[in-house]
Amino acid sequence: MIVAQQKNIKDIAEMVADAQKVLLAGCAGCVTVCLAGGEKETEVLAAALRIMRKLQGNPLETVTYVATRQCDPEYIEAMDGLVKDVDAVISLACGVGVQYLAERFKDKWVVPALDTKFVGGAVKHGVWEERCGLCGDCVLHRTGGICPIIRCSKSILNGPCGGSQNGKCEISKDVDCAWQLIYDRMKALGKLDKLMEIQMPKDWSKARDGGPRRAIREDVIIG
Amino acid sequence: MREVKTESRLERLLARGEFVVTAEIGPPRHANAEIIRHHAHMLKDYVDATNITDCQTAVVRLSSIASAIHILNCGVEPIVQMTCRDRNRIAIQSDLLGAYSLGVRNLLCLSGDHQKFGSEPTAKNVYDIDSIQLIYLMRRMRDQKLFFSGEPIKEHEPRFFIGAVANPFADPFEFRVARLEKKVEAGAEFIQTQCIYDMERFERFMEMVRERGIHERAYILAGVTPLKSWRAAKYLQTSVSGMIVPDEIVERLKKAEDPKKEGIEICIEQIKHIRNIPGVHGVHIMAIAWEEVVPEIVQRAGLYPRPKVEG
Ligand code: SF4
Ligand code: SF4
Repeated sequence: MIVAQQKNIKDIAEMVADAQKVLLAGCAGCVTVCLAGGEKETEVLAAALRIMRKLQGNPLETVTYVATRQCDPEYIEAMDGLVKDVDAVISLACGVGVQYLAERFKDKWVVPALDTKFVGGAVKHGVWEERCGLCGDCVLHRTGGICPIIRCSKSILNGPCGGSQNGKCEISKDVDCAWQLIYDRMKALGKLDKLMEIQMPKDWSKARDGGPRRAIREDVIIG
Repeated sequence: MREVKTESRLERLLARGEFVVTAEIGPPRHANAEIIRHHAHMLKDYVDATNITDCQTAVVRLSSIASAIHILNCGVEPIVQMTCRDRNRIAIQSDLLGAYSLGVRNLLCLSGDHQKFGSEPTAKNVYDIDSIQLIYLMRRMRDQKLFFSGEPIKEHEPRFFIGAVANPFADPFEFRVARLEKKVEAGAEFIQTQCIYDMERFERFMEMVRERGIHERAYILAGVTPLKSWRAAKYLQTSVSGMIVPDEIVERLKKAEDPKKEGIEICIEQIKHIRNIPGVHGVHIMAIAWEEVVPEIVQRAGLYPRPKVEG
């Protein structure tokens, strides 16, 4: 899933300083799971903003709504009626949701309440870690199911580098060296010889470097 | 005598079986080359070639290639270091074509330290290719006259003597020799190691190198770094990833009346020891911010005068 974290509330307030009435739009997708933009977070943020503005002597009116998914036109249409009456929309979705709202509500000021961080999952309650760098050309079958693109700080395909020590990456004692993990797993699987093959340079044109990407499934396109 | 494929003097010396000496110059954090020339003149008669670091530890410094030209003009053969951290494949190729056109003949390919602890921690890192891919692609550029893309180079391909680094002290230890072999398979012709303090581990490493016959396919230069104080030793021991410094070295420096003198002594002992390890073809002295000590070390380790290269 996409993992996001809420921005500093002062910064969010700043973005809607001119507004008298705002819609706070949460999302029931990934950001609910990572406790950043679900129903609860949306209500809490709305209340916090109201209190802040009240203390400043410039009260703010808020309405809230939680979409099933903000990254789907179908689910944001339902917000049309609410958006009409507000001066600005604060989206608590990932960056995709914010853009879908901005695209649909052309004359509204739409701002992000979250910093969209990475694609990953929870490793324990309250801790999420990055797992995929969306490179567009998955190599997990060559690296024992551990991603070298995003979990190695240098995206090395022929690791580990000389900074790997005691299982940790040179950048921090809190970060596992992806290549130590790859080595251990390949060893356990009896496939260390695979790591002796020189991995050729990656085709980054399949990643963001090739420009904005689009995925097409001809067979399901309607109209 | 092994086959010589480039115009590198270092390669010629290694090919004829000399025990070579290389050193390292770290360029300054400003735009004046006086200090580089000063160090080059000082090292000139004592080393066979000198590495120029490429923004080592991710700290912005005068460029490696520009520094290499300064030392070349002083009569010292440079080994240009090229990291994968700061340049994509377009910039790497362009810079290396330029370096060759200016007379650089030795290239050391490395990943480079992550920028997190450098002078620009908010920078974007590149890592378009990794060090093994860089070695492979530069070797292919030389031997098959191909750009990284596979397009032919019609004429004047750069013909570098290609080196790589190896760190016997990083983990997983069992894979270190395998990865070194991978670098040699990719095309590395000389290897410079991380500085050695744990002689026992290095001996075990070299044993594995000999078992695989890697020393017959590439020249291995063992890295040493003289220490100025016990604090410096402690710092390397505890704060630098991929380093092992035995306690006895820290203790020896702590007890010494003149720690600098002791540091030099230790380094000389290490070189004498290393020289007798089969499969080691030379020593790489990294006297970080202490370049002036290199002549004394070379002399007292019995490596002076340096052999001449004809032509
Ligand atoms: S190899 Fe690419 S697609 Fe696969 S997990 Fe890593 S970044 Fe994601
Ligand atoms: S220490 Fe491991 S994870 Fe960190 S950059 Fe090196 S190989 Fe990658």
